[in-house]
Amino acid sequence: MYVADSRGTPAPAVTPEPQAVVPGTGPGRRAALAPTVLALGTVSLITDVSSEMVTAVLPLYLVAGLGLTPLGFGLLDGLYNGVSALVRLTGGHLGDRLGRHKALAGIGYGLSALCKPLLLLAHTLPAIGAVLALDRTGKGLRTAPRDALISLAAAPAERGRAFGVHRAMDTAGALIGPLLAFLILRGAADGYDAVFTVSACVAALGVLVLVLFVPGRRTRPAADAAPVSLRASVGLLRGTGLRRITLAALLLGLCTVSDAFVFLLLQRAGHFPDRWFALLPLGTAAAFLLLALPLGRLADRVGRRRVFLGGHLALLAAYGLLLTGGTHPALPYAVLLLHGTFYAATDGVLMAAAAAVVPAEHRGGGLALVQTGQAVARFAASLGFGAAWTVWGARPALAVAAGLLAVALAGCARLYSADADEETVAEAV
Amino acid sequence: MTLQRRILILVTAVVLLSAVGVIAVVRASSRADEKDRARPGGPEVTRGEVSLTPADGAPRIVLRNMAWGPHRDELVTVPAASPGGPRTASGVSCLRFHSAAGTGVCLQAEKGGVQEQYRAVVLDAHLKVVSSHPLAGIPTRARVSPGGHLAAWTVFVGGDSYAGTNFSTRTSLLDLRTGRYDASLEDFTIVKDGKAYRNADVNFWGVTFAADEQTFYATLATGGQTYLVRGDLTARTVTTLRENLECPSLSPDGTRLVFKKRVPGLSADAPWRLYALDLATMKETPLAEQRSVDDQVVWKDDRTVVYALPGDFGADLYALPADGTGTPAPLMTSALAPAFLGS
Repeated sequence: MYVADSRGTPAPAVTPEPQAVVPGTGPGRRAALAPTVLALGTVSLITDVSSEMVTAVLPLYLVAGLGLTPLGFGLLDGLYNGVSALVRLTGGHLGDRLGRHKALAGIGYGLSALCKPLLLLAHTLPAIGAVLALDRTGKGLRTAPRDALISLAAAPAERGRAFGVHRAMDTAGALIGPLLAFLILRGAADGYDAVFTVSACVAALGVLVLVLFVPGRRTRPAADAAPVSLRASVGLLRGTGLRRITLAALLLGLCTVSDAFVFLLLQRAGHFPDRWFALLPLGTAAAFLLLALPLGRLADRVGRRRVFLGGHLALLAAYGLLLTGGTHPALPYAVLLLHGTFYAATDGVLMAAAAAVVPAEHRGGGLALVQTGQAVARFAASLGFGAAWTVWGARPALAVAAGLLAVALAGCARLYSADADEETVAEAV
Repeated sequence: MTLQRRILILVTAVVLLSAVGVIAVVRASSRADEKDRARPGGPEVTRGEVSLTPADGAPRIVLRNMAWGPHRDELVTVPAASPGGPRTASGVSCLRFHSAAGTGVCLQAEKGGVQEQYRAVVLDAHLKVVSSHPLAGIPTRARVSPGGHLAAWTVFVGGDSYAGTNFSTRTSLLDLRTGRYDASLEDFTIVKDGKAYRNADVNFWGVTFAADEQTFYATLATGGQTYLVRGDLTARTVTTLRENLECPSLSPDGTRLVFKKRVPGLSADAPWRLYALDLATMKETPLAEQRSVDDQVVWKDDRTVVYALPGDFGADLYALPADGTGTPAPLMTSALAPAFLGS
């Protein structure tokens, strides 16, 4: 599936991207968005259509199609989260080391695309679990190199916007996917194989768009620079800029109640019809989709860290509403809007902030460090929250999480004000 | 590569991949149509009158028909004396079904809307809808109490689309005498090892009712372990009795449970065996079925249990002595969720 990007084109292997440093991109004037960002956004959109098609029908397929009992399916999640963190770091680091973010991203997308036809062959829970694990490996592998590509393609002052566009397109795909899947199932009852086949075709298309339309330039001159070592990658944390951002992502990640719990708490708080439960993630995604670009642009203007912290403030507000909102009919809407705002203000914005403090040749590894720190912290938080729920009950556990989040926010605000939100560490381009 | 050539490659690929996708959908669609035509050699199914209280007093079975044809997935009835004979179809479609004492509960898919929606409907003896309850997920278990006053059902909920692999269950209870509806058993107080217990990961499934129309048994899962619980509808409590026990089914005389048990050492995709538990002695007896059974059995009488295994056309039903003796005997093909009535 994946074709190396340097195939058969002799001449100047790749032209550097013109739009990244458009002259006259002063404040107030907006440059056209880098085509690479749009291309990567398209790849993510297509890939998310493909993967969310599968995610949406999987429970139905397991229960109704195969007659299996999917309980206990999530048991390996903990173990897998660890592996996923390692894969992510590897993807980021290798992209730097080989100077080939596109190749690594391509392998990641290709691996996930390969999993879709494999689903046609897997008929037992362990086999399906293995395919899904492979799919997630592909996702882990590609995330950091892809974000590195976005950050390298966009002009430094426009990164918030670039990540905003990318995340919005990504989320749009996640919303289209289930729709497409259920349309297929309406046309063909029990046509799970048709869903998987279409999903495989869509995924293949995503890989093809990546191969054809994302330039695969090497990020550093091949010979003169020292190779990017693992030690140097990890050593990035010695720089105050990245260390602060990673620390903030870690601290705030440790106070973030995982989505599943938020939806569960919402379900307990609001007495809305039971069947809405499955729609709650869509509410968050819709808000994320609508706000990703505006908040990314806001981050470019007022500072990414400020918006990142603001996003967590929205999360804190969501916790507050869950704790005090009672059974007001508007509660679910408000909480989901805040939850989506949290994602829109933190997901891409964090990458934009981190990109500003990581030199170009370490971009993949640096972004992977921040992402992994956040993911591990969030996983630890969900374990902790589950335990707190057991000991104290749901509401006290949430109150504690809210308290911790407030303290962490205050701490991070101080951390940031120390360097006055300056985000202009030398770009080593 | 020139932009023109890249676009050409992309367009070609889009055409080819679309063709593959369209063919897959068309094939699946025609296969679905094929299932609406009766298959030679399949059981004979004709439209007729289906009652949950057999008029002539002769025992009958009411079940979900899975045989191909226009009545696929409908409730059908056969005389208990000739389960392999012609089936009478009701026109009511159900994914899961159970019935006792003239009350039926049918978990069905709702037509219309983009996404699949499900509801539980309570049926009277003539299959008229008494009440309807929207479901939060995919139906898996349904039960009616022996006296016909209580109903319970379990659905699978994929709660978090980001997690993808995170499934949970929701079990609901309905008291037809008072109309009281508990959307989730998780609101009951859990007593585990003598102490009140709570955890966000608590899941319930597979309720079975006792004849007192108040006591029930069910599966509780938490912390990676499953438990048999005894529940009290009035006290709104469930109490753990025993580990590693799923989908209990209480015998008509109330003395034994047959359940599926995760047996160590079996392959992960076929982990269950059927066991019987004597409630007086708490002694377990393995039943004579050597295959993995993922079903909540029903009792045909005080000696025999019936359960479904995957078959060539839907599921097939087997009957087995509940005391560990004998061998599984095929009962019906292309059949699921039987209820033994009037026996």
